[in-house]
Amino acid sequence: MHEWALAEAVIAAASEIAEKERLKEVKEVKIKVGELQQIELNILKFALSQLKPAKFKDAKFSIEVARAELKCRVCGQKWVFRKEKLDESTAEAIHFVPEIAHAYIKCPKCGSPDFEILEGRGVWLESIKGVKQGDG
Amino acid sequence: MGKSLVAATLALTLAKKGYNVGLFDLDFTSPSTHIILGIEGVKPKEEKGIVPPIVHGIKYMSIIYYSGEYVSPLRGADVSNALIELLSITRWERLDFLVMDMPPGIGDATLDLIRLIRNIEFLIVTTPAQLAFETVRKLVSLLKELKIPVIGVVENMRMNNSKTIQQQTMKLSVEFLEEIPYDPKVEEAIGNTNKLLGTTFAKKVQQIASKI
Repeated sequence: MHEWALAEAVIAAASEIAEKERLKEVKEVKIKVGELQQIELNILKFALSQLKPAKFKDAKFSIEVARAELKCRVCGQKWVFRKEKLDESTAEAIHFVPEIAHAYIKCPKCGSPDFEILEGRGVWLESIKGVKQGDG
Repeated sequence: MGKSLVAATLALTLAKKGYNVGLFDLDFTSPSTHIILGIEGVKPKEEKGIVPPIVHGIKYMSIIYYSGEYVSPLRGADVSNALIELLSITRWERLDFLVMDMPPGIGDATLDLIRLIRNIEFLIVTTPAQLAFETVRKLVSLLKELKIPVIGVVENMRMNNSKTIQQQTMKLSVEFLEEIPYDPKVEEAIGNTNKLLGTTFAKKVQQIASKI
């Protein structure tokens, strides 16, 4: 599953921030995943627990799903992505490359494939909490 | 013109020589290397990322696995996001060469690759047309400014013996790698790698492969 590749990227980005902020220990990492990519949260959590380096030993990873909101560039219509409306192979394609949505999804009002993904794409770090070097 | 043909044939040639080769079709809105190489019915394997299938000895990656025959109309920012997504999740493992077939012009894909790929080198394909060479001039100027190596320029689809492109390339202090005459046999060889490798076009690409 490519959740492992995403988990690796999350750990790499979080480690970089921890290093920059001079954290000797990370306590909490808040992650947001966009609904468009339909990440398997259990696999992502498991991968994070397996990949976390020593500095993240006691870190709690919390994952929140952000709904995917789309907006038509032609008529301005806004709508929310619904996985249930897609067949399995389309959902899988969007899972790997969210931009592929442009090949399959059209504006429900005017039918244009020219829409923007306002939010709910990809995976991002919301916040990181930890103990700074030199603290207690 | 002919970038995809040169990229696909080059990857094929390097693989035949025994190198570990990947081919990544980055022309997301009009991918074509799968048609040139007759690739169908294969999919990447999911294993802690995606593992590209090996076809004709090449690890082959294209957006076609996900877009199928549908048109994927992407704006620049979408091209960037899709490119970064695929670069992050594709597991190429050890390669001697990763050939990347670029979309035309100097746009998001070119800028992203310059930003994200270490040790990238550019092979520039042009036609004898003066207008095409104007783009070459601009691209070379950008790459030089950014200190990105240029392997050289290939002049494709030659219809006469003019040396103009060769001379102009040399003026840019860039190697002129090869001139490829227009080869009508290529059209019949699309989708058939054995036929393709037998064309005069492929013989010329083999000479390019021996220089890189």
